[in-house]
Amino acid sequence: MSEQEFTITDLTRILLEGAGAGEGIDLGGDILDTDFEELGYESLALLETGGRIEREYGISLDDDIFTDHRTPRALVAAINGYLKELVAP
Amino acid sequence: MGRRVVITGVGVLAPGGIGAKSFWSLLSEGRTATRRITFFDPSSFRSRVAAEADFDPHLHGLTPQEIRRMDRAAQFAVVTAREALADSGLELAGFDPHRTGVTIGSAVGATTGLDDEYRVVSDGGALDLVDHTYAPQHLYNYFVPSSFSAEVAWAVGAEGPATVVSTGCTSGLDSVGHAVELIREGTADVMIAGATDAPISPITMACFDAIKATTPRNDDPEHASRPFDGTRNGFVLGEGSAVFVLEELASAQRRGAHIYAEIAGYASRCNAFHMTGLRPDGREMSEAINVALGEARMNGDQIDYINAHGSGTKQNDRHETAAFKLSLGDHAYRTPVSSIKSMVGHSLGAIGSIEIAASVLAMEHDMVPPTANLHTPDPECDLDYVPLTAREQRTDAVLTVGSGFGGFQSAMVLARPERSVA
Amino acid sequence: MSVKTVITGIGVATANGLGVDEFWAATRVGKNAIGRVTRFDASSYPARLAGEVRGFEVSEHLPSRLIPQTDRMTQLALVAADCAFEDAGVEPGNIPEFDMGVVTASTSGGFEFGQNELKKLWSQGSQYVSAYQSFAWFYAVNSGQISIRNGMKGPSGVVVSDHAGGLDAIAQARRQIRKGSKLIFSGGFDASICPWGWVAQVAGGRLSTSDEPDRAYLPFDAAANGYVPGEGGALLILEDIRTARERGAENIYGEVAGYGATFDPKPGSGREPGLRRAIAVALADAGVEAGEVDVVFADAAGSPDLDRQEADAITAVFGPSGVPVTAPKTMIGRLYSGAAPVDVVSAVLAIREGLIPPTTNVELSPEYDLDLVTGQPRTASVRTALVLARGVGGFNSAVVVRATG
Repeated sequence: MSEQEFTITDLTRILLEGAGAGEGIDLGGDILDTDFEELGYESLALLETGGRIEREYGISLDDDIFTDHRTPRALVAAINGYLKELVAP
Repeated sequence: MGRRVVITGVGVLAPGGIGAKSFWSLLSEGRTATRRITFFDPSSFRSRVAAEADFDPHLHGLTPQEIRRMDRAAQFAVVTAREALADSGLELAGFDPHRTGVTIGSAVGATTGLDDEYRVVSDGGALDLVDHTYAPQHLYNYFVPSSFSAEVAWAVGAEGPATVVSTGCTSGLDSVGHAVELIREGTADVMIAGATDAPISPITMACFDAIKATTPRNDDPEHASRPFDGTRNGFVLGEGSAVFVLEELASAQRRGAHIYAEIAGYASRCNAFHMTGLRPDGREMSEAINVALGEARMNGDQIDYINAHGSGTKQNDRHETAAFKLSLGDHAYRTPVSSIKSMVGHSLGAIGSIEIAASVLAMEHDMVPPTANLHTPDPECDLDYVPLTAREQRTDAVLTVGSGFGGFQSAMVLARPERSVA
Repeated sequence: MSVKTVITGIGVATANGLGVDEFWAATRVGKNAIGRVTRFDASSYPARLAGEVRGFEVSEHLPSRLIPQTDRMTQLALVAADCAFEDAGVEPGNIPEFDMGVVTASTSGGFEFGQNELKKLWSQGSQYVSAYQSFAWFYAVNSGQISIRNGMKGPSGVVVSDHAGGLDAIAQARRQIRKGSKLIFSGGFDASICPWGWVAQVAGGRLSTSDEPDRAYLPFDAAANGYVPGEGGALLILEDIRTARERGAENIYGEVAGYGATFDPKPGSGREPGLRRAIAVALADAGVEAGEVDVVFADAAGSPDLDRQEADAITAVFGPSGVPVTAPKTMIGRLYSGAAPVDVVSAVLAIREGLIPPTTNVELSPEYDLDLVTGQPRTASVRTALVLARGVGGFNSAVVVRATG
C-alpha cells in the first residue's frame, strides 16, 4: 500500500459530514490553529469525527487523540503519523 | 399534607439473581454480576463486558405465546410486576382495576428485539428495502414500547391510566415519580410502577463503543464496573427490571399492608447543556435534589444514605459528587454514598427503579449496600462511598438520584412514613 | 384547582403544512394530503400511501451542527418548537430557566436514524455505528434536544402510549403548570416513513392497502379498511393563564380543561373497552356536561372493529348523533404520538374560527349513529371540544379543550 496523505481539506470534509459547522464559522477559512472547541466542536462531535477518520483510513486512533491534539493543524499531523505507521515495514 | 404514597410491594430482576431476596443477597454481600458478554460474540467490540441476567422466561410463569410476543424487557417487567403484586398482598385484599394504573420506564424499549428482527428482515444488513414477509406480527410491539405497559396491565389486571415513561437513564426514577403524582392528585389509588430494560445487544454495545462510554476493561470483567474509583474508565452495561406496588398511605394502613417506605419527594430537571455531556458543577442535579427534599419537607441532614447514580464514567461521578455537596453541604461528607452499578451494572432506563429497590431494601435491613471495586481514591470524589463491604446502620431516609442522556437529572427521597418533617 | 392551563403558542408540521397558518388554511377546507410514499420505494410493500411532510428543507431551518445528529422527527420537532416560541411571542431567555420544561410523547423514536445505524452495524461492522446513535433514535431525544436548544431546565418528561401518548404528554405538562412551572412545551412528533419503520407498521396489520389517496383511510365509512400513516406532529406552549395575561400574550388559544386516561380490559374478557370511561373522566375533570361539548375530534382508527368501539363510546356519552364528530386526520394520516396534539391544534383553531374541519374522503356508514362532519367544513359556535386518542394494546386518552374568553 502506498502512503496516503491526510490534509486539512480531508478534515474539513469529514467534520462537515459528521458534525456540520458552527454558526458563523467558515471551515474554508484559516482555521488551522484554532481550537476545535472554538470552532464549535464538543466531545461528541469529535468522537464522531474520529470514528469517521478511523473507518475511512483504516486506522485506530488513541482514546486521547483530541485532548492531545486540539487544533486542526495538530490533528492533521497526528493522523499523518498514523498513516506513516500503516505503511512502515 | 394531602395524599401520601407508599411502596407496599417490591419485585426485582437483576443480574446475579432473580427476585428481591437474591438481589439483596448480592448487594449486601458486595458481590459483582459483571462478566464477559455471553449473549453474542463480543470480540469485535471495544467493550466486551456486561452484567447479564440468567433469566429463563419459562421458569417464571410466562406462557409460550407471551414469550413469543414479548421482547426480553417486557418479559422482565411482567415477571417483576407479578412479584411486586404478590409481595404486596393486594391481590388477596382486592383492588379496583379502574383505580389502578401502570407506568413502566424504559430508555431503549425493545431495542434487543428490534436488533434481532432487523437482522432478519434486512438479511444481515444486505437489503435497503427490508423484507416485510419475514416480519412477525409482534414487530409492532417492538416498534412501540408502550406494549410493555400493556403487558403489565394485562398481567396484573389494571385498567386505570397506563403509559411508558422514557427519559433515558432517569426513566426508572421518573416512571415511579409519575405514578406518585397520579396517586397524589387522586387519578389513581394504586399504581404498578417501575422500569425495565434489556439492552445488551450488538447495536447498544456499538453505540456506546462509538462514544467510549463503556469500559474497555475487558481483561477483568468481574471488577470492570468501578464507580468513584480513580481508575474508572466507563460504565458496564446491565439489564433488569424493578416494579413496585404504590398505594395511598391511609388505604395501605387500613388493610394492614407492609409498608416499605414513603415516596416523600421527587423532582426532575434538565441540564439544557448537552445530549451526553455533564457540566462538572452538578447544579441541575442539585436543584432536583433540593426540590425533592422540599417536597418531602425534609432537610438534607435528615438523609441517612445516598444511593448514587455512580455510573463509573469519569465525568458522571465527579458531577454528582459536586451535586451532593451543593445540596447537602457538610452533611454530604457524613453521609454514606454508594453505587450498586458496581455490582449490577447500568441497565439504562431500568436502573433507576432497581436503585429504588436497593434503597428501600437498605431501609428494610438497616444496611447500606457497598460500592464494589473501589480501591483507588480519586481526589475529585472525596465522599464516603462505602467501599467493598456493606455497612449496618439505621437507615430511615434515602436519597436516590439519576442522570441521563438528554440532560435529565432526577432525585427521589424515600423515608419512613412516621418520620418527623421539618 | 385555581390554575387554568392555556395554550399560548403552536408549532405544527404535517402533510398539510408547516406552521399554524398553512396548516389551518388546508385543514379548514378539508384538503387531502395523502399520497404515494416518496421517501423510499414502497411499491413492493402491501401499503404504499402516506401523509408525508413535503418540501421540508432542514438546512433552511436548523444549524448544520444539529443536522447530522438528528432524526427527521427531531428536526421537525425542533423547527416546530421555534415556530411555537415565535407564535407565543416568548423569547426563551426571558423566563427563568428552571421554570420552563418540555414534556413530549414519542411512539417509535428516531426510527430512520436507527435503521441507518443498524444497516451499518450488520453490513459493515460495529465500528461503523455513529456516535449519535446513543441518543438520536431514543424516545427521549426530542425533549432533550428542545430543552438544550432553548435553555429549558425545568420539569420535563417523555411518555410513550402509542397514538394516545400525545394527550398523556399534554396532561403531564398541565400537571407541571399546576405545580408552578411557568411554561411547558408539550406535544409529540413521529416520522417513521422509512423501509424498516414501514415493515414494523405493516406488521401491526392495520394499514390500508389501497392505492387511491382519497379512498384509503376511511374511518366510520362502510369501506373502512385500515389507516394511512403520516409523519409530523405538533408542539404546544402551555402556560398558566395569569402568567400568560401578565406578559401580554397575544394568542390565548384555549384552555386544557380536562383529561382522562384508561386502559382496556384484557382482550377476550368480553367487557366494555375503556374509552367511554376515559371520556367521562375527562368531562368530570373539566366540570363539563356532555351537552356542553360542541365537537368531538375522534381517534378514527379506520378499522371497522375499532371504529365500532369508538362510535359506541361516543354514542353512549352523547346519545345518537348527539354531537358533531370529525376526524381531520383523514387528510394527513395517523401521526402516532403527533396525532392527538395536531387534533388539539385543530380543536383550538375550530374554537377560534367557529368552524369544524371535515372528515375528508369519508362517507358515513349508516351503521353508526354519529353526526360525522363530512364533505364540507361546518360553521358552528365551538366553545368546548373533546379530543380522543387510542393506542394499540388498549390505551385510551381524552382531553377537553375550551374557549377562555
